[in-house]
Amino acid sequence: MKRFLQHSILLIIILTSHLSLCQVVEVCNNCKISSLKDAISKARDFDTIVVKKGTYKEHSIIVDKPLTIIGENHPVIDGELKGEIITIVSDYVIVDGLHIINVGTSYTEDYAAIRVKRTKHFEIKNLILEKLFFGIYLEKAEDGKVYNNKVIGQAVEEHNSGNAIQLWYSKKIDIQNNNVQHVRDGIYLEFSDDCLIKNNVSANNLRYGLHFMFSNNDIYEDNEFTNNGAGVAVMFSKKIKMLNNVFKENWGTASYGMLLKEINDAEIKGNTFEKNTIGINIEGSNRINYMNNNFINNGWAIKVRGACYSNKFIGNNFLYNSFDISYNSNINDNTFDKNYWSNYTGYDLDKNGIGDVPYRPVKLFSYIVNRTPETIILLRSLFIDIIDFSEKVSPVFTPDNLMDNHPLIKKITW
Amino acid sequence: MLKILKYSFYDLMRSRWSYVYFAFYLLLSVVLLFLNSDLSKAVITLMNVIIVLVPLIGTIFGVMYYYNSKEFTELLLAQPLKRSSIFLGQYLGVALSLSMSLVLGLGLPFIFYGLFRSNAIWDFSLLIITGTFLTFIFTALAFNIALSNENKIKGFGFAILVWLFLAIIYDGLFLMSLIIFEDYPLDKLSLIGTMLNPIDLSRTLILLKLDISALLGYTGAVFKQFFGTNFGLIVSFIMLVLWVIFPVYRIVYKSKRKDF
Repeated sequence: MKRFLQHSILLIIILTSHLSLCQVVEVCNNCKISSLKDAISKARDFDTIVVKKGTYKEHSIIVDKPLTIIGENHPVIDGELKGEIITIVSDYVIVDGLHIINVGTSYTEDYAAIRVKRTKHFEIKNLILEKLFFGIYLEKAEDGKVYNNKVIGQAVEEHNSGNAIQLWYSKKIDIQNNNVQHVRDGIYLEFSDDCLIKNNVSANNLRYGLHFMFSNNDIYEDNEFTNNGAGVAVMFSKKIKMLNNVFKENWGTASYGMLLKEINDAEIKGNTFEKNTIGINIEGSNRINYMNNNFINNGWAIKVRGACYSNKFIGNNFLYNSFDISYNSNINDNTFDKNYWSNYTGYDLDKNGIGDVPYRPVKLFSYIVNRTPETIILLRSLFIDIIDFSEKVSPVFTPDNLMDNHPLIKKITW
Repeated sequence: MLKILKYSFYDLMRSRWSYVYFAFYLLLSVVLLFLNSDLSKAVITLMNVIIVLVPLIGTIFGVMYYYNSKEFTELLLAQPLKRSSIFLGQYLGVALSLSMSLVLGLGLPFIFYGLFRSNAIWDFSLLIITGTFLTFIFTALAFNIALSNENKIKGFGFAILVWLFLAIIYDGLFLMSLIIFEDYPLDKLSLIGTMLNPIDLSRTLILLKLDISALLGYTGAVFKQFFGTNFGLIVSFIMLVLWVIFPVYRIVYKSKRKDF
């Protein structure tokens, strides 16, 4: 008993002494410590730095020890366009509630508002980033969280603007509830695996709302991509899950909701594609399951460019698209089954909810348009309706096995 | 001329056909708006109907009217009247009454559905304007055909053929030529191709005003650049006016030389 008491007293002493080590360092314009750089150099490991409201003209701040940096009422860190602002090189760093502006632009280096370099267990949250080149740049980082940040850029041209959140060789990163606008790519993943991207809003970006390159096993769900150059580009990646996202109003001559290029074994489920010029543009992608998606009012719901095999389109709603599916060859290895097509004109005599006549989603006109794009000006001409009808009756140019054998009579609701 | 215009206009106003025509458009737009209260969507659907039906009815009705009122025309010709004013009066009477049925039939339901408060008003007025142009163009063509053919059957046959050609066959030939020459830059050719046919021209004008234009891709960009500007709009309207003036001129020319 005595021994136990001794031990516990010892433990308490050790704990309290350790706690007293974790100091709070305050930074404000009139304090003894008036710059973040100064505070970091004076702080010890696991200290908390509280930055009070005010404007701090600083750049090249290097966080080289495990610290928690908290901004009160969003103090402004102004980089004065001189380069990178905060670089995190230590594990266990938390940055919270800062307002970072004026990141320098460079054509040789990717200056970022916050760069995380080869570290683990960091948290970046509640930041506001404005007038930036790159926003949050994660470089060989692991196990981090990027929450509730707001990134508003002012990108005009692709070549001299950066991305809001960029991941490069990073793993297991959690990106949630961020709002990114007016940058080049909203969120960009390159060689980054096992990441979760959830509940983000990515709008008005110059190039892509979300961009994957050589990244595998990632999940993105419940995000909204509106009015970007193109909604999401997923390229050269495997096993990506895309769930319950909304792709809206990516409308323009070269726009699409989602671009898939060299994607294998992915799952696309519960997404809504609305008012995009092209809903999904697919190229060289195999074994993808498209389930329970809504395609509403798109120019092309799905445009299949070629080399796409063993994809399954099951239980989707195709509503009022100018073209449902476009194919550029007459070989088909993909399955369409049990979808609802608003253009379906068949009947259901046995009342089992499944149309008795198969539906052919590829129109002759879409085949012609693929071959000679200029012919699109004949859209909605009576002649086109007539040839579409005759092709429907006896297919010659479109793949004759490309059909939905069980088209649904009623729109699917989940 | 005005007296004859007035006479044919009132004559047509009393006739059953203009009421049927009016009632048809009224019903069409009421049903459309009833099924789908989105005005701009209704405009797209209406466009499909107008592009095909207005020319057809214009031609058939024009030919029919000419042949029906032939005896009366001959009576008028015996009077000291200018020939051009007799035929122009008749032509304008038919064209005006048809356009009136069109404008009122489509316009009234849309106004009741709050057209003035919606931003579809420009699209709708464009639709009405092109519809009126099409009526004038195809009635003029019909009078030309009827003037050149004494034989009614032949006249009707020609009229239908002209409609068929401009509404369907032209697009087919156009499509063929685009596919045959696909190795060459085609945007100029397709622009000229649409300009030459009043039906295609009206269709493209309306389509580009509605935001399907992004669908058109690169060609669309070229088209938008042309039709989207005031210059393009003016050029296309001049084109439509020319399509009215030439057949009307031919009516005058032909009627002066015709032996009744």
